[in-house]
Amino acid sequence: MPARLSASAFCIALLAATPALAAKRDNSIRFADDQVLENVDPYYNNVRIGVIMSHHIWDTLIYRDPKTSEYKGQLATAWKWIDDRTLELELRKGVKFHNGAGFDADDVIYTFEFTSKPENKVTTLGNVDWIDHVEKLDPYKVRIVTRRPFPAAIEYLSGPLGIHPHAYYAQVGPKGMNEKPIGSGPYRVVEHAVGKYIRLARNPDYFKDSPKPQPKIDKIEVRFIPDRQTQVAEMLSGGLDLIRNVSLDEAQQLRAVPNLQVVSGEIMRYVFLQMDSREKTLAAPLRDQRVRQAIMYAIDRPTMIKSIVGEGARLINVPCFPSQVGCIDQDAPRYAYDPAKAKQLLKEAGVAGIDLDLYAYRDRDQAEAMINYLRAVGIKANLRWVQYAAHRDAVRAGKAPLAHWTWGSFSINDVSAGVSIFHKFAPDDANRDPEIRDLLERGDTSVDPETRKKSYAKALALIAERAYVLPMYSIPINYVATKDLVFTPYPDEIPRFWEMSYK
Amino acid sequence: MLAFALKRLALAVLVAVVVSALAFLLLRASGDVAVALAGEGARSTDIENVRKVYGLDRPLLVQYLDWVGRMLHGDFGESLYFKTDVLALVRDKLPTTALLAVLSLLFALGISLPLGVVAAVYPNSWIDRLCLALAVAGQALPNFFFALILMMVFGVMLQIVPVSGSESWAHFVLPSVALGYYVAPPFMRLTRTGMMDALASDYIRTARAKGLSGASIVLKHALRNALVPVVALTAVQLGFLLGGSVVIETVFALDGLGYLAYKSISHLDLPVTQAIVTLLSFIYVGLTLSADLINAWLDPRIRIG
Repeated sequence: MPARLSASAFCIALLAATPALAAKRDNSIRFADDQVLENVDPYYNNVRIGVIMSHHIWDTLIYRDPKTSEYKGQLATAWKWIDDRTLELELRKGVKFHNGAGFDADDVIYTFEFTSKPENKVTTLGNVDWIDHVEKLDPYKVRIVTRRPFPAAIEYLSGPLGIHPHAYYAQVGPKGMNEKPIGSGPYRVVEHAVGKYIRLARNPDYFKDSPKPQPKIDKIEVRFIPDRQTQVAEMLSGGLDLIRNVSLDEAQQLRAVPNLQVVSGEIMRYVFLQMDSREKTLAAPLRDQRVRQAIMYAIDRPTMIKSIVGEGARLINVPCFPSQVGCIDQDAPRYAYDPAKAKQLLKEAGVAGIDLDLYAYRDRDQAEAMINYLRAVGIKANLRWVQYAAHRDAVRAGKAPLAHWTWGSFSINDVSAGVSIFHKFAPDDANRDPEIRDLLERGDTSVDPETRKKSYAKALALIAERAYVLPMYSIPINYVATKDLVFTPYPDEIPRFWEMSYK
Repeated sequence: MLAFALKRLALAVLVAVVVSALAFLLLRASGDVAVALAGEGARSTDIENVRKVYGLDRPLLVQYLDWVGRMLHGDFGESLYFKTDVLALVRDKLPTTALLAVLSLLFALGISLPLGVVAAVYPNSWIDRLCLALAVAGQALPNFFFALILMMVFGVMLQIVPVSGSESWAHFVLPSVALGYYVAPPFMRLTRTGMMDALASDYIRTARAKGLSGASIVLKHALRNALVPVVALTAVQLGFLLGGSVVIETVFALDGLGYLAYKSISHLDLPVTQAIVTLLSFIYVGLTLSADLINAWLDPRIRIG
């Protein structure tokens, strides 16, 4: 909304002339998010702030080090695959939940068995429904038996699957867990005013051997402020210490404010342009590989990164995030910006005057840039700007010849959470290539890392070669923090309050 | 009077029923609830599961009648998104919105009544022009922009009130001013017109002839009569304000009904949206009805005509 932009620009301009007051420091961080957290129980929300809270209030069995991507023991101390469907885990002794209850195998069993039952209505059943059942070998040893070979299990166990105290959870359920959350994480909940704020305090009894370092900040307040302008105003007035997702133009202006710092970081989210090449596609020319390749050559991705996407973005050659297990681009062809070649390919294909719809639901400026590039080679794309749900409906119904996606892979560092969803004949697959499906299936179900890597590398190379999607770039987000906050951004978009401190 | 009241009441109930049915239909037509509910990035199996678990695979009429039946027993169901009792959710958000509505209405009346009166007493003077300018500005200025200006000046630069939130009375100052200024103009114009009519009427001439003081004439005699239409407008505006101002609640991070409505619409959270629409149509209809009845009671011409 241009009027809105000018309002914020005006506000920042006003402020640049005003000496900003330093925020009072009582070793606390006040953070704001624009998404209201409907339920803080990690199994009952699908918003980013929920993932952030989950890692602070709860612990997972396994921890993925964000710096090295190495898996470390958290509530589990060791694990091994017994066969391709059975994972055996040794559990940590001496861990206490915030209510004083001790952690053991019963907590793992209750949490997973409760959440993987469809009638308990967890929000993203796919996060847990790979678990068939959990066996207790002794109080500190369990076996997780999966429904099918599921090599990504370790990644899931280190991501969305926090462990609840079983007796408390059985007593209060997800509703009570939301009102008074109890976990074993580095922060405990002091107060949760649903829809307004969550207040956390440092857990002084947090177990010393955790791969998460002992927290230094005493108190965290997370407020829900839906409007980004208001978040910026709060930052300027000293009412907040950290915000995220600040737009590129605002971030550039805020760099001028003396007591604030702007930090940009790449996130595990990549952008791609999906081309519907199915038999019943609304744009018949997209059935021709040369037309799809023409589209690949027509769009100048490096320039888009420089002028619209911003610092921290990375060009990608295959549709996955570079750190994801299996995201290998060595065999994939490169498509440099070459409008002449695009025109030539279109001529060879014998098509002229292509007119089609391009569906998009976020980052409108990027979609519009693509449309301009396509127009320059003679393809008329009409922007269909819709809500996410409508976008996905359109792709599934075959109504979106071109679809502009940004995919976060549920923050799962494995390509099975990304490319497999779009190329394995699931409803979002707009190409239906059996060869690619089979390669991905092999990658998704094999527990041998080498077989996985080979299958994914081949599948990704074929996707690029056959030009089913145009892989574009990873995207960065901008954080604004008070100047003396020591803060590192990570690609999984989880600010780690437990490692933050003030200078 | 009784026949008139009953007729109005029947009409009010009819309006509320039609609104709830229309809202139900329009909401269903606006997108696939299961996809919205499963959220960004959901797998197709998640979506199918959602459809089955929430009974969204049943015929539309069955779903509507089921909802009406349960509503009549006071059960508005469970929020699809917040996973909690709808009635409790609405009850939780209503006080914030009601407080904001009443405070902004008080602010609106507090500035528009004196200004309207002064403008009428000195018609076409510079005061009248100034009041007109304030009224026009109030209507023309987008309220999010005015809100941001207030926030920047009083919250960021002067730091005399908090920028956002709803924890204390101080948090309500800026939103009430922003919203109150937005609804003030019609009050101001109505007061001015009413006062001018009243001041030109025979009984005022009589009062002047009796030698009453200017202030007594204006405040005791003219204002009382000029306020009749303002009472009716107040009822209607209060209904409007109770609907919650999505913009003001969003900008100031007030966790009220307007923001809840906005959230539940964007998540296609039908039980919540449906409950809010129904509740608000009842409030609105109720307030309009009471305004009609008050007017009819004050002015017999209405109930006869």
